Amino acid sequence: MNDRRKALILGKIVLVTGAARQLGGRFVRRIHRDPGVDRVIALDAVTPGHQLGDAEFVLADIRQSAIARILAEHSVDTVVHLDVSAKASGAGGRTTVKETNVIGTMQLLGACQKSPAVQRLVVKSSTNVYGSAPRDPAVFTETTPPKSLPSGGFAKDAVEVEGYVRGFARRRPDVAVCVLRFANILGPEPDSPLADYLTLPVLPTVLGYDPRLQFVHEDDVVDVLEIAAREPRRGTLNSGTFNIAGDGVLLLSQCSRRLGRPTVPVLLPAVTWVGTALRTIGMTDFSPEQIRLLTHGRVVSTVQMRETLGFRPRFTTAETFAEFARSRGPGLLPPERVGRAVGRLAELPLGGGQAGTTHSTHGAR
Amino acid sequence: MADAKVIPFDDDRSRSGAARRRGVPPGGGRGPVAAGPAPVSALPGGQVPEGAAEAAGGAPQDGDAGSGSGWDRRIAGGLAFLRRRLTGDYDVDEFGYDKELTDQVLMSVLRPLADKYFRVEVKGIENIPSDGGALVVANHSGTLPLDGLMLQVAVHDNHPAERHLRLLAADLVFMLPVVNELARKAGHTLACAEDAERLLQGGEVVGVMPEGFKGIGKPFGERYKLQRFGRGGFVSTALRAGVPIVPCSIVGAEEIYPMIGNSKTLARVLGVPYFPITPTFPWLGPLGALPLPTKWTIQFGEPIPTDGYPPEAAEDPMLMFNLTDQVREQIQHTLYKLLVQRRSVFF
Repeated sequence: MNDRRKALILGKIVLVTGAARQLGGRFVRRIHRDPGVDRVIALDAVTPGHQLGDAEFVLADIRQSAIARILAEHSVDTVVHLDVSAKASGAGGRTTVKETNVIGTMQLLGACQKSPAVQRLVVKSSTNVYGSAPRDPAVFTETTPPKSLPSGGFAKDAVEVEGYVRGFARRRPDVAVCVLRFANILGPEPDSPLADYLTLPVLPTVLGYDPRLQFVHEDDVVDVLEIAAREPRRGTLNSGTFNIAGDGVLLLSQCSRRLGRPTVPVLLPAVTWVGTALRTIGMTDFSPEQIRLLTHGRVVSTVQMRETLGFRPRFTTAETFAEFARSRGPGLLPPERVGRAVGRLAELPLGGGQAGTTHSTHGAR
Repeated sequence: MADAKVIPFDDDRSRSGAARRRGVPPGGGRGPVAAGPAPVSALPGGQVPEGAAEAAGGAPQDGDAGSGSGWDRRIAGGLAFLRRRLTGDYDVDEFGYDKELTDQVLMSVLRPLADKYFRVEVKGIENIPSDGGALVVANHSGTLPLDGLMLQVAVHDNHPAERHLRLLAADLVFMLPVVNELARKAGHTLACAEDAERLLQGGEVVGVMPEGFKGIGKPFGERYKLQRFGRGGFVSTALRAGVPIVPCSIVGAEEIYPMIGNSKTLARVLGVPYFPITPTFPWLGPLGALPLPTKWTIQFGEPIPTDGYPPEAAEDPMLMFNLTDQVREQIQHTLYKLLVQRRSVFF
């Protein structure tokens, strides 16, 4: 309590990891404007390409033990750990990403454990931790145990990171720990494998599957991170694990039509080859977990986010996606043009009536 | 069975059971389905009802369905529907249920099968409440789960409130390509307590066939003998959600594919629970997959209320077993009664 009061008097000192990424940079600028926040330390292993405002940037690798010194030096009381990502920020392949995710988190948590000043920890996780399997319930809640644990890739990183965070929370019960499991984040800059996938001119899909997807807007991500990094508002609780996703669900087929990008259904066994081919030419990361997501989809419940965390996203899944589609520019079959083509069909002489309805049966599939 | 009071045949029994009761309030009488030619505002296959045209922001309509502009409106509706589908401008719920596609396409495909082929006769539809959740528990048979689909059409077309039945399906359904996609779009979801509870709490009518593969894959000789009802999980789910259980008996589905044998080896190779051998399948190839045109009856029974129990009752195994047995007995009893009334398998 004493520490907390002192922190209030001194103002909060927030450390943000992963500041060189688009999302990290936005959050740093946002939290710095917060009147309750005194100083913001932005941390990353690479120099950011964007402005961080008045925040102090520290070039350090969270995989090194130097992180403990930084925490102590600045007497940081709030740690926002955003450096858990599916994609490398600069050069470096999957190994670097995994090391930053897992070893970096371990080092950071070790440093937090030793620092008595730390009061609050916010970790960016992902709904990937639930995996995707046909035997899963349609909607995951925070307590749903996954039927099949992710076997590798970013999903496994996220599971391991959450495991370490739980261990930390046990050892430091005085620290408020908030784990935010984000659905697929879409922003102006594609920064996730799914966003990369959606920017392909032609979308390879799994034949006979139409996965349900949820998106969350980057603005909402920044908002909810701010809520989690602050003292909780009255009647809300911001420690614990929360699913964060926009309202509603989009099917992949809807996404492709709204983007105006044609799909190429591929048989499930062959999808792996397509994935490997795409990865080889460096177009996108088509990892096995990504393929599972694009096969079975994933939907999470956001009741806890609304009722406990007290956060209401400004963008629904559909609105988030619409904004993303606008920023991407039209695909090969823009929805407007398709709509106009249907309109022309209407101008055909009668007898097109039957055709219209039979087409509708066809087109609906 | 023997002491079941045999109800004399009604006149309308022989009619196609497709009589739709739109607009007929759910009367107290558990009598036969409203007779006579269905009030044909109903949509014959493939056509788009007025609702679609309205929703599409088409021209405001005030004429009734029979007027001359009907065709224009239908065309406009169909095109609006086509445009929405092609531009992805439609909604699905969190289970992947695509109401528009189900109403206008999937139901239109299944309706002739229900109305013309199996001539499904529906009784006791008023036992499904007009609003709020309910759990419809039905027997399962027929080698392929056509009974589930017919049940869905029956509820959709006959219920005065046009309720949509949300079926709980086996995990096999969600592993098969194409099948899983269509199942999700038709509003089905995985048979697990989480999904069932979520749907029931959302006030949906949920359909479940607790016999599962034991029921659908039983040999022809055991037809109309209810199998074990799983572990009775459906009862505790209904209890937790406080919704009534509506027992439902389906007669006619047992004979569509008379399963005279089961090739366990082939089933194991293909990874399916059973591999049916019928008098026509697999001997006649795809032709053998044609179901026999039996005459179906779907009877919904008196609902069994569950809201009188305390919340901890869902954890009481004895009570669960008793309720499960009660539901099972009621379905079995009704099955026997319907079988006695039935004149022949095909008429």
